[in-house]
Amino acid sequence: MIPPSATAHAGPRVTRPPGALVIEIEDVTKLYKMGAETIHALRGVTLKIHRNEYLAIMGPSGSGKSTLMNMLGCLDTPTAGRYEFNRKNVATMLDDELADIRNREIGFVFQTFNLLPRSDALHNVELPLIYAGLGKAGRIEKAQRALVNVGLGERMGHKPNELSGGQRQRVAIARALVNDPSIILADEPTGNLDSKTGEEIMALFEQLYAQGNTIIVVTHEEDIARHARRIVRLRDGLIESDRAVE
Amino acid sequence: MKRFIYEVTEAFRIAFSQIRANKLRSALTALGVIIGIVAVTLMGTAILGIDAGVERSLAGFGDDVVYVTKWPWRRIDDWWTFRNRRDIDVNNIHAINDWIATHPEGSLKVAVPNVAWNATVIRGEYRIGNMVIFGTSADLARIVRSDMKEGRFFTEIESRSARNVVVIGFDVADALFPSESALGQTIRIRSQQYTVVGVAARQGSFLGMFSWDSVVIMPIDAFARSFPIRWANPEIRVQVDVARMEEAKDELRGLMRRVRGLSPEKKEDFELNTQQVIREQIDPIKSKIALGGLFITGLALFVGAIGIMNITYVSVKERTKEIGTRKALGARRRTILLQFLIEAVSICVLGGLGGLATAWALSGVAGALMPAFPLVFSLGLVLLGLGVSVCTGIFSGFAPAWQASKLDPVVALRYE
Repeated sequence: MIPPSATAHAGPRVTRPPGALVIEIEDVTKLYKMGAETIHALRGVTLKIHRNEYLAIMGPSGSGKSTLMNMLGCLDTPTAGRYEFNRKNVATMLDDELADIRNREIGFVFQTFNLLPRSDALHNVELPLIYAGLGKAGRIEKAQRALVNVGLGERMGHKPNELSGGQRQRVAIARALVNDPSIILADEPTGNLDSKTGEEIMALFEQLYAQGNTIIVVTHEEDIARHARRIVRLRDGLIESDRAVE
Repeated sequence: MKRFIYEVTEAFRIAFSQIRANKLRSALTALGVIIGIVAVTLMGTAILGIDAGVERSLAGFGDDVVYVTKWPWRRIDDWWTFRNRRDIDVNNIHAINDWIATHPEGSLKVAVPNVAWNATVIRGEYRIGNMVIFGTSADLARIVRSDMKEGRFFTEIESRSARNVVVIGFDVADALFPSESALGQTIRIRSQQYTVVGVAARQGSFLGMFSWDSVVIMPIDAFARSFPIRWANPEIRVQVDVARMEEAKDELRGLMRRVRGLSPEKKEDFELNTQQVIREQIDPIKSKIALGGLFITGLALFVGAIGIMNITYVSVKERTKEIGTRKALGARRRTILLQFLIEAVSICVLGGLGGLATAWALSGVAGALMPAFPLVFSLGLVLLGLGVSVCTGIFSGFAPAWQASKLDPVVALRYE
């Protein structure tokens, strides 16, 4: 395991060959009605994401970046177009089916961490496993392993207000990892951290990527995006560019 | 199924950590429920207490006694028709008992006379006023359900020879012989001296209903020396086979018509009563208490339910972002619904337990202040209280919980 203090550039930068197709989006549009006005958040986006990819989604505000992320995270469904997640059609799924997909296939990391304030780190990480219907013993074991993996083996009994920002985000990352999801979806994961702590978190993503996880980071910071192996840029609801990072 | 159990366990965990974190708020919210449950339990206690009190008072005589009286026990409007009836002649018991002797398989068992007068009972410098003096025959011992504390009932011979012997109730004995046995002692009523041959066991009294505790019973012919039988509310009490009550009443009605010389076309000039009449008169009182209690309870619980609903709405609002996070992590709609429903129900049940404890304490205090009123605090009332609490919780928590469960995760996550 790479020590948590290591920076992304310290280790050798590995690029793993892409695996099976995880996400396939074809000509997806999303409309919002704001009063009398209709907003075209996405105007026809086509995107394929494979296992073992490390992808950054970039774009200025209003570019449709957040909408695309919500779509990828199965928090929202497209107005039109096709969305398949692991070859399953997500676009027409009901609320509870989407909840199950999110639970099993997607690990969320939020800018504001979104931990339960009154629960300790271990219970926060356990939460997705409760929704997955896993027994108590199995939950504790998996949650502990996930916390050790992000370097918080010593902090399991601490509540969020007893942890630093970086540690909180690590708890959130452990929570995202705990159910062995197909993708980890991080929305501005360093947005609420100072740059040094941010670098540490990005190093952790590098480590997770090296361990075989598929990572999608949504950000508006070039420095953060450069950690990924592929950058998708959005503008006005369309993909402006989609290219690999050397 | 397993997942459901884990979700419920988690919901309880969250609910209690929420209540712990917002102690004052939860307590204030539960106040309405507490008042409602106190009202519902005290009402139940009162109704059960009235039942128990009436039954205890009626237990002195069994349900197998028919009372032949001039006045009906039910409420009457045409006072004059009853006023002009002939009095009951207590000597008619002989005709009834003769008939019983010749009809051993009949539905009637034994008839006793009964006359009553209020008088002061004196022993030395002790005196106790307003006691009921009964005159009757030795056969009364076969009818009463009350036990003797000490001594015996007067005998057939004592009764026939009009001896001045008495059986006294518990309160009479207690007042006149506070520190010694009354047996064999003499008491005075008006100008006559009486020897106490028996003391009845304590029965307890209820709302001024008849109780053996404050009576003096003597042979009817001894009674006649001091009091005018005609004005002593004469009546006849007949023990019957309770399984053949209707048959017995018909038999007795026929017998009474014959001994009173009523020709067939004449209306009856006497009344046959049973204790059932008393129960029927108590029932409307009970239903009035129930109705009043229901109104107060309903009002308190309604106010309580609104409070809980309000606080659950606040809770949903405060934790919108948390709801979004939970949904992102895979919580289904029912998970969120359950979480807030269980939170509302938990507050209600805690309030209900508080209400039950308060009601229990209050009925203890009331019991100490009014020992004559038998307060009954039953398991049924506890279950009723808890059931009402759970229903209030579900009723008041459902709308906010439903709203929470329907939140769009995207909107909820963005909520600050």
